[in-house]
Amino acid sequence: MRPHSRDVSVFAWQALRGYPARTLLMLVAMAIGVAAVVILTSLGEGARRYVTSEFASLGTNLIIVFPGRSETAGINPSTMMGETPRDLTLADAQALTRNYNVRRIAPINVGAAEVSWQSKKREVAIIGTTHEMLAIRHWELAQGRFLPATDLDRATSVCVIGSKIRAELFGPQRALGEWLRIGDRRFRVIGVMGSEGRSIGVDVEDTIMIPVASAQQLFNTPSLFRILVEAKSRDALQTVKQYITETLQQRHQGERDVTVVTQDAVLATFDRILGALTYAVGGIAAISLIVAGILIMNVMLVAVSQRTAEIGLLKALGAAQRQIILLILAEALLLSTLGALAGLFFGQLGSFLIRYAFPIIPAYAPTWAIATAMLVAILTGLLFSILPARRAARLDPVLALARK
Amino acid sequence: MIKLEQVRRDFKVGDQIVHALDDINLEIAAGEYVSIMGPSGSGKSTLLNLIGLLDRPTAGRYLLNEEDVTTLSDIEQAVTRNQQIGFVFQAFHLVPRLTAAENVELPLMLAGLPAAERRQRVADTLAALHLTDRAHHKPDQLSGGQRQRVAIARATVTEPRVLLADEPTGNLDHIAGQDVINVLESLNQRDITLLVVTHDLEVGERARRQLKMRDGRIIANQLRGAGDASA
Repeated sequence: MRPHSRDVSVFAWQALRGYPARTLLMLVAMAIGVAAVVILTSLGEGARRYVTSEFASLGTNLIIVFPGRSETAGINPSTMMGETPRDLTLADAQALTRNYNVRRIAPINVGAAEVSWQSKKREVAIIGTTHEMLAIRHWELAQGRFLPATDLDRATSVCVIGSKIRAELFGPQRALGEWLRIGDRRFRVIGVMGSEGRSIGVDVEDTIMIPVASAQQLFNTPSLFRILVEAKSRDALQTVKQYITETLQQRHQGERDVTVVTQDAVLATFDRILGALTYAVGGIAAISLIVAGILIMNVMLVAVSQRTAEIGLLKALGAAQRQIILLILAEALLLSTLGALAGLFFGQLGSFLIRYAFPIIPAYAPTWAIATAMLVAILTGLLFSILPARRAARLDPVLALARK
Repeated sequence: MIKLEQVRRDFKVGDQIVHALDDINLEIAAGEYVSIMGPSGSGKSTLLNLIGLLDRPTAGRYLLNEEDVTTLSDIEQAVTRNQQIGFVFQAFHLVPRLTAAENVELPLMLAGLPAAERRQRVADTLAALHLTDRAHHKPDQLSGGQRQRVAIARATVTEPRVLLADEPTGNLDHIAGQDVINVLESLNQRDITLLVVTHDLEVGERARRQLKMRDGRIIANQLRGAGDASA
């Protein structure tokens, strides 16, 4: 003597259809909860993926060397002599190439200078680097060539300009072969960067690149801003990192005055931060699911008192307490499942609209977030219906039937 | 078939105890046609609810088919209600969102009968009550008399031994009421035990055995057109 599950679900479905306003209200509450989780986690995940891909576009298997140390070390000779950190020099950069596992290096020098062509002038960010930079950063050229492959210390008077600079200074005219004035020197334009070359910290479209030795002369400094080192493989990263540290320590009279970080480490940090952010945002959104659960409990309680006579009738027709509970829970399960599905639909629609409006952010809700949101929605719907279901089951059939 | 021994049912109203049923001894044989009459509050509905296992006595024993049913568990009582007892109410108590056929199908659904068998039995029962052309109507599309017929179909679809009717004509006009009583009596002629609670004298006096109640006691127990019979 047990109703079939199919009959129970049909009965629950008819009950839901019998009270459309109430059903719709609860569906909306549940859907909002699930949609909030889906949309917010898709935003968080989108931000994480965006940052990750931006970092990846900086290059792969990359090690970044910059002057100064960010960590405390023990006593060494320099502590006693009170020396200041040495600059990173072109010679240092050159020394780093002498290792089997190093594929390429690119020393970088940055500054800003006034750039003029004919009567047009503007302040532009200048990057001094070498021809290896193109390959390390996976940049693409629109026209001409990149910086020539020469010795690091050779200061040739050529430059590669960003597409925005080209458009602003030259307009429709041909830029290749023209002479630009940068600061107090003249440089010949040999290439124009592609417009998609965009990565964290540098807007390639809005910069001019010149040989690193020329930049040192232009800004009148022997020191470098960074040295980018590309290892031959991922496995070689730690070896190369150690090699760089040791080589530079040797070259700097035993002092460890540079910081060497792998791109992976930086990436991992961002990944962790943004991953945590996604969890946090998802958790906050999940609160709305609990709120939806409480709403379901309220409405279910109202439903039970609305349908008191019906519950009395079911008892008279031979429904035991267990079956009454089963029928009410089936209704709640159906309701929260439908609500969760509707929420999933609107959530996915929302993240699609975000992707549509901001194509740069890959706003896809992570699978774990979708699964958890659905599960939590269905479970809260069930959980918060236990109380109303038990109340219904305990109704005195005589009193229930006396009510109309 | 039905045997009540020194049955009492007390209700607490405020700080007073009301004896809705006071030392009831009653035996009803299979196939009997019994009416229970009496003023409001005389305990006639309480008696019917108790016989229908919707209520439990405060004291005393209730034997249904020689089995003590007062001590049964909730589930066992539910099964007994489902299979041995049919209810007909004054207010019909049809589920408004379900069609006539679906209402009739409910007790079979609760019993877990296979769908095909259910459909056959529902169709047969509806046909017997001349409701076949109303099978797919919702209750609000039916007249009062038709609704009560559907309710009777629902009460009898499980082929119970006992049919309990609590003021079955109370919400009906005279003609519809006559019709419902005729239906109930024709069921009784097919050996179903019929108990009708009513305060309509005309309805009550049609029963072969008539009980009169007052203040929780049976004060008269007579056969139609005859004097007092032993309880």
